[in-house]
This record gives sequence, C-alpha cells and structure tokens, in this order.
Amino acid sequence: MTTLSYAVRDSTTMLRRNLRHMQRYPSLTLMLLGQPIVFLLLFVYVFGGTLGDGLGGAGGRTEYVGYVTPAILLITVASAALGTAISVAMDMTEGIIARFRTMAISRASVLTGHVIGTVIQTVVALVVVVGVALLVGFSPTAGFVEWVAVAGLLLLLTVALTWLSVALGLVAKSVETASNTPMLFILLPFLSSGFVPTESMPGWLAWFAEHQPFTPITETIRGLLLGTPIGSSGPLAIGWCVLITVIGYAWSKSLFAKERTR
Amino acid sequence: MSHPAISATGLRKSYGDNVVLDGIDLDVAPGTVFSLLGPNGAGKTTTVNILSTLITPDAGSAAVAGHDLATDPDGIRTTIGLTGQFSAVDNLLTGEENLFLMADLHHLPRREGRRRAARLLDRFDLADAVKKMPATYSGGMRRKLDLAMTLMGDPKVIFLDEPTTGLDPRSRHTMWDIIRGLVANGVTIFLTTQNLEEADELADRIAVLDGGRIVAQGTADELKRRVPGGHLRLGFADIGALHRAAGALPESTSDDEALTLRVPTDGTVPSLRAVLARLDTEAVEVDSLAVHTPDLDDVFLSLTGHRTEPIKELAK
Repeated sequence: MTTLSYAVRDSTTMLRRNLRHMQRYPSLTLMLLGQPIVFLLLFVYVFGGTLGDGLGGAGGRTEYVGYVTPAILLITVASAALGTAISVAMDMTEGIIARFRTMAISRASVLTGHVIGTVIQTVVALVVVVGVALLVGFSPTAGFVEWVAVAGLLLLLTVALTWLSVALGLVAKSVETASNTPMLFILLPFLSSGFVPTESMPGWLAWFAEHQPFTPITETIRGLLLGTPIGSSGPLAIGWCVLITVIGYAWSKSLFAKERTR
Repeated sequence: MSHPAISATGLRKSYGDNVVLDGIDLDVAPGTVFSLLGPNGAGKTTTVNILSTLITPDAGSAAVAGHDLATDPDGIRTTIGLTGQFSAVDNLLTGEENLFLMADLHHLPRREGRRRAARLLDRFDLADAVKKMPATYSGGMRRKLDLAMTLMGDPKVIFLDEPTTGLDPRSRHTMWDIIRGLVANGVTIFLTTQNLEEADELADRIAVLDGGRIVAQGTADELKRRVPGGHLRLGFADIGALHRAAGALPESTSDDEALTLRVPTDGTVPSLRAVLARLDTEAVEVDSLAVHTPDLDDVFLSLTGHRTEPIKELAK
C-alpha cells in the first residue's frame, strides 16, 4: 500500500475512535449542540421583538428570526469547534498518544481523525439548528443553489475553526485552558453584524466588527439565505476561511511534531 | 546476519541545564531481558523514550533491531512495542475495542486482528475486561490490557517502563510470569525498574543507571558480588550508648535521630559475633538488632556513594 492509502486508513481508524468517544461521552456533544439552540430561542423569543423593531422593514420578531439565524449557524460551528479543543487537550493528557507515536502510523492521522469527527458532528448540529430555526419561523428565500453555497461556506468555516481549535487544544497546558481559549470563537459572532447591524455600534466597535472574519461570513450566508446584498463579502468570507485553515493546520502540525515529555 | 536487538553509543539528553542522560552505551542481545535499574530521575524513562523514538537524543546514536534511530525511526516503530509507566489505554473504549484499535493501526486483516485479540484476552485472563471500560479495571487488569495492546503488533523488541510500579504483589507476580512467557517466545525485553528483586528475577543483564550514567553493568550475581554483603542495624537506648558503640566500630555510620548504627557485614555468623564482642568489650548495651541482606539501596550506596532517594524529579 502507498503512504497515502495508509494515511487514509489510519485517519479512518482514528475517526472511528473519535466517533466512538462522542458516543461514549455524549454530554459534551449535547452541551455544544444545546448552546446554539438556547441562543436561538433566547434571541428570538426574549430579545427578538425589540431587536426586530430596530431593524427597520416589517420589524418585530418575524423579521429578527431571519436576521439572527445566520449568526446562530456560526455560533453552532464555533461551539462544535470548542469541543475539538477540549477533546484534543484531553487526548494529549492520555498515555495512548505516546503509544500512537511509537507506532508506524501516519502522524497526522490522530489530528485528522479529530477534525473529520468534528466536521461530521457539526454537520449534524447544523441540520438540527436549521430545523429548529424553521420551526420558530425562519423562512429563507434560498433555492437549491443558494443552499448548496451556504453548506459549502459553513463547511469551509467548520474546517477552518476546527483546525485552529486543534492547535489551541494542543497548545493548552490543561484541559481547562483548552475549554476557555476558544470561547473567543463564540464571542466574536456577537461582535459582528450577526446580531445587530454594525451601524448601531459605537464607532470603534463598528470598525472592529466590520473588519473581523465573522461579519463577511454572516453577510454572505444572510445574503444567500434571504437575498440581501452580499457585495464583496463572498470572496472575503472564503479568504478568511482559507487563511484560518492554513494557519490552524500549519500550527497544529508543528505543535504535534514537537516532543512532549509529559 | 545477527545484530544486537538494541545498541546505543553515547546517548545524551538534557533539558535546559538539567542533564538527564550523560553518555549512555548499551548492547542488548536478541531474545534476552535487559534491565535498566535506577531510582526516580536516573534517566530510565528518558532512555526508553529515546530508544522507542518518542524523543530525539541531543547526541549519540542507537539502533533497534538493526534499524538506525536517526535514519529509520519508522523501521524501529514497526518492530517495537512500548508499555510505559503511564497507562496507554483508551479510557473511552472497552478492552476489546482497545485491542481492535491496535489491530487496525497495525493494518491487520480484520479476521487476524480479532483472532489475536481473542487469544491475548484469553492468555492474560482478561475476560472481565472485554466489554468494560478501563475506568472499572483494577491496576493489574489495566496494566495487562496495556501490555496486550503492545503485543497486538507482534513486536520483536518490547520496552517495559516500570511495568509493575504501583501493582500489588499478586499482580506483580502475574506480570513477571507474563514477561517470562514473552522471553520464551524469543522476544527481546528492555525493562526498567526501581526494584532489584524484579531485575534479579527477570533480567539476563542489568545496568545500573544513576544520574544519567551507567555506573555498573553485569548479571545479577556479578552485581551482587560487587556489593558488600549487607549490614547490621543496631539500635540503642540513648545517644551516649550510640556514640560509644560508634567509637568501638569505626567502619559504621550512625544516625543520631533514630539512635541506630549501620555496620557493614558479610552476613556471616562469625562477623556478627565479632561485632557483638567488640561492643561487649566496651560494655555497650544493644537495644535491638536487624540483619539486612543487600537490596537496591545497598547496590546504590556502594556503586554511587549515595542512597536511592529520588533525585530531583526532572522537569515534566
């Protein structure tokens, strides 16, 4: 067999291991999935009426469901990525990683297994969250092509944030740190155009919001789902995702290659 | 063609200013048990980690089963197995799943993997572990599963880093039996231990490691011959008696706090009689007496000039 086919085989083995872990330890998965759903319900039913009125247009709760759903999808991705950092950090505290390192297996497979596991988990979570959003009144105008584009962009974002989380999980000195650092991913969508238009923020914050990755990603998804203008957000969104993926992947690889002396 | 199972020349490793290995030479013949004996912090685990490709040495060269450490680490990885001091089982997989995981990573055909797993579970008496998570295991069971995982790849050279540390005497004996069984099948074993008895029971050759250097090497008998035959431990009622006794026995070392005197002896009755006779002459009353046969402590004291208190743990 070739090196590549071994790498694929080992990654599949590691993926199976990670899926089994998720099955054995479902509370983490459920918490990460529950978080975006709670946010969705909170923002639609508690804040939605008031926030929707501030948007102009028809206003009210119905308007806000449409506005906030893209942001909730990003929170879903971020939330699952957080889980990766935790499970990678947990893995690194276990002796089994040392065992893997003394075996003639593809080195990257340990990490690839985590990443693919998270991607699968995120896809499931996104489907559930979209389902809940539709139930609470989300009515997108997107056709098939737009949905495929949304799925593609969300997948890109998932891969990007997951690789970055793998690195954060590896760099963390403890599982606790690993669970705190990526909280930033969950905070960032709030500081974007995800929940309120950036124009309503104070100048300095609006500047930050307009220049951080989550704003173009939100705008692109919102545009695809609801037909709002996308402008230059599309390429920016893809650019950010690719950049984050490259940084996350390179950083993870170099961290994993480093010697660990427990 | 026959080459040593493990050979190493001038292995060095330091972390910052902390020199962990200070030039280690090793030569282990195939099919034998080689034991690296030493206290905590002597560099045993570092040696194992280097030879099992986990960390790279700062200097020196090594080969395992004919594969060079620097140029062919993957070759080494295909022939070795490591059961470390820290449990290397997956805690979220059952015993059986842990073995299947190893089978998959060794790229065994499914049927062969299942066959090996079943045989190891049976051989190590791990029926209870098959469908249960490691969290419910006893220490001995966990260590056995750990070793079974190592054996799934059918390694030619096995590194066992303190395999019985923390086990109860019964599990320790089970582990010893398992290790003897492995050697009988022609496997080479590199064993680290803090326990002279363990090295004595299992090893063909023993190297004593202290402060990153090998201070002695040989068979168990050769090493014991180099150690003075144990000592007497005499207890006294008060410090005055202790000091008078110490004066009468200049070769002894006294411990003022415990009120005890340690007198080197070869353990024979005449030497014992001689010591007591000298104390009688000085009219010193002995409170208690114990005879110590050589143990790791004595080997260490004589070979290194210090006791086996753990040297400062190396930075983790």
